[in-house]
Amino acid sequence: MLLDKVIAGALVLLSAYMMSHAILLPIGWNGETGGPGGGAFPFWCSLIILICAVFVIFRPARSYEADQFTFDREMMGPLIQVIIAIAITIALIPTAGAYVAIPLFLFWYLKIYGKHSWTLALSITVLTPIVVFFFFEATLKILLPKGVTEPFFFPLYAMFF
Amino acid sequence: MEVLSLLADGFATSLSPFNLFIVIIGVTAGLFIGAMPGLGSVNGVAIVLPLTFIVPPSSAIILLAAIYYGAMYGGAVSSILLGIPGASTAVATTFDGRPMAQKGQAGLALIAAAVASFVGGTISVILFTLFAAPLADIALSFGPAEEFALVLLAFTTFVGLGGDDSLKTIIMICLGLALSTVGLDLISGQPRLIFGDMPGFYSGISFLVLAIGTYGLGEILYTIETSKTAPKVTNARITFAELGAGLKRMNSLWKTMSLGSLLGFFVGMLPAAGATPAALMSYGIAKQTSKTSDTFGKGNIEGVAAPETANNAASTGSLLPMLTLGIPGSPTTALLLGGMVMWGLVPGPMLFIEQPDFVWGLISSLYTANFAAVAVNIALIPVFVWALRMPFTVLCALVLVLCIVGGFAPSQKMHDVWLIFAFGVGGYLLRKADYPLAPLVLALVLGPLMEKSFRQTLIAEQGNILAFVERPLSATFIGLAILFFVMPFLVAFVTGAKERLHVPSKRPKIN
Repeated sequence: MLLDKVIAGALVLLSAYMMSHAILLPIGWNGETGGPGGGAFPFWCSLIILICAVFVIFRPARSYEADQFTFDREMMGPLIQVIIAIAITIALIPTAGAYVAIPLFLFWYLKIYGKHSWTLALSITVLTPIVVFFFFEATLKILLPKGVTEPFFFPLYAMFF
Repeated sequence: MEVLSLLADGFATSLSPFNLFIVIIGVTAGLFIGAMPGLGSVNGVAIVLPLTFIVPPSSAIILLAAIYYGAMYGGAVSSILLGIPGASTAVATTFDGRPMAQKGQAGLALIAAAVASFVGGTISVILFTLFAAPLADIALSFGPAEEFALVLLAFTTFVGLGGDDSLKTIIMICLGLALSTVGLDLISGQPRLIFGDMPGFYSGISFLVLAIGTYGLGEILYTIETSKTAPKVTNARITFAELGAGLKRMNSLWKTMSLGSLLGFFVGMLPAAGATPAALMSYGIAKQTSKTSDTFGKGNIEGVAAPETANNAASTGSLLPMLTLGIPGSPTTALLLGGMVMWGLVPGPMLFIEQPDFVWGLISSLYTANFAAVAVNIALIPVFVWALRMPFTVLCALVLVLCIVGGFAPSQKMHDVWLIFAFGVGGYLLRKADYPLAPLVLALVLGPLMEKSFRQTLIAEQGNILAFVERPLSATFIGLAILFFVMPFLVAFVTGAKERLHVPSKRPKIN
């Protein structure tokens, strides 16, 4: 039950934060043009979130009939590892380049986290970036960030563009 | 019969070799996505949407609709072979599908699911064809006031019929609406909610970013946490003799299947209900009306046919309000709507007038998608058995890469990838705490329409708030909306009163 209240508390903070930004625009009734001002919609929606979230925090536990949720403690470790790995991968994309970050992630996920065989891990690690390159860059002309690896792609660009 | 000639024109589009190819690719992809435990139609559409830039817009929508369709067929495969629903829509299929597989009738159960899906799909597509044009005609007379009232009605159905905690549903609707206002104010043009002048927020939060975050990344995180051990795959082989026997067996279930189709179609149209409750209701009704109701839950073929007809019919039903009114009937159709808007094909009555080729091409493609799905489904059963043995970590890794790359591709901003990450982790936590995600996505997609129609009405009526109840249609919608909104509170009040009288009552949770 505590976790439920923590999440509702986070929503209270989020809505308060959104309200603090919404009040930069008029939130009241705009008499001349008719209708509410530009900040009204986000402000009042955030206020409803705040009120409902406060209710969620303070309502008696008995009236809450939905399943009481728990986290699977055994899986929490692996899950946090995956979340950190994704964050590192995204952070690496602009600097080290997508074609370094994504294979690294795949290798970590398949070999170290998933404990798969070398053949499987390496083949997916190598093949995925190739497929991604041909799909996004060669066909759709959407360039992924390359960071410091950009110079290595000049010959490939020359071939496909 | 004007409809028939329009439909015939539509077939000219959808039967072109390219679109036929697109439909087959779509249903095959959808079947696999649906069959994978943890991934359903909404996840499939969210993950695949950025990849559809490769084909022209109208074909992209046909592709996404075919994926939607295929996923509805595919969901049954893992329900039967693994005992785990491949998508939440196939929950009811596990009740009898799994026992059938354990009795060695996995092949028969798969045939029953495919045929039932086909019947449900076909009956509902015919209903769709009949209802689409008249509904679009009515919608033509809608002004901003009606649009606002209709969107409000769509949201309140989540509160009244969603079956989730009402407070949490309201929070998610308002969160979606608030997030939809990020960016430039559409009337005054001023930037708002840009969180300290972050340039990435000027263009607003794309529905795609939220969808990939919650339904892609968030879903994978959820599945990582909940799937500790790999489930056991039951083998299934299909022979022509079995196929014949299955078809014969299904021929005796017309009553169940037509009931399931009708129920699914109409329940599917409601934004809050959709395929999962439709399938559960259809199962319940089939059980009550069946002559062999005592064998339900122990491997009765009728218990497979009933939910499978209903969930496919519901998926077609949810397309109807999306295409004719611009109000999606399910999270998946909300994503389709977002995709169509992105490609400049704004759904609603005007689409029927301005782009009849596209509209009827899409509708007729639902017929071809049904035929393709049933054929591909039965033909590929051995492949599914093999694919379901694929280690889950491989699938997870590939989907996560697709989320990152696919999230970057449409806008080509790292800002969006970080937002996907935030929505993924946030969505996972919210889902754990029983916050429904469907209203969030729907609210983000419909938010701009809701705000625009609200403010347009008030500007046109010089700020007269009563304008919403002075027009008969809009007043009806608002009245219904209020009814749906107060329903859970009334129910809570009545059950509360009963509890005080020591009468135990329990409301089943539909999710």
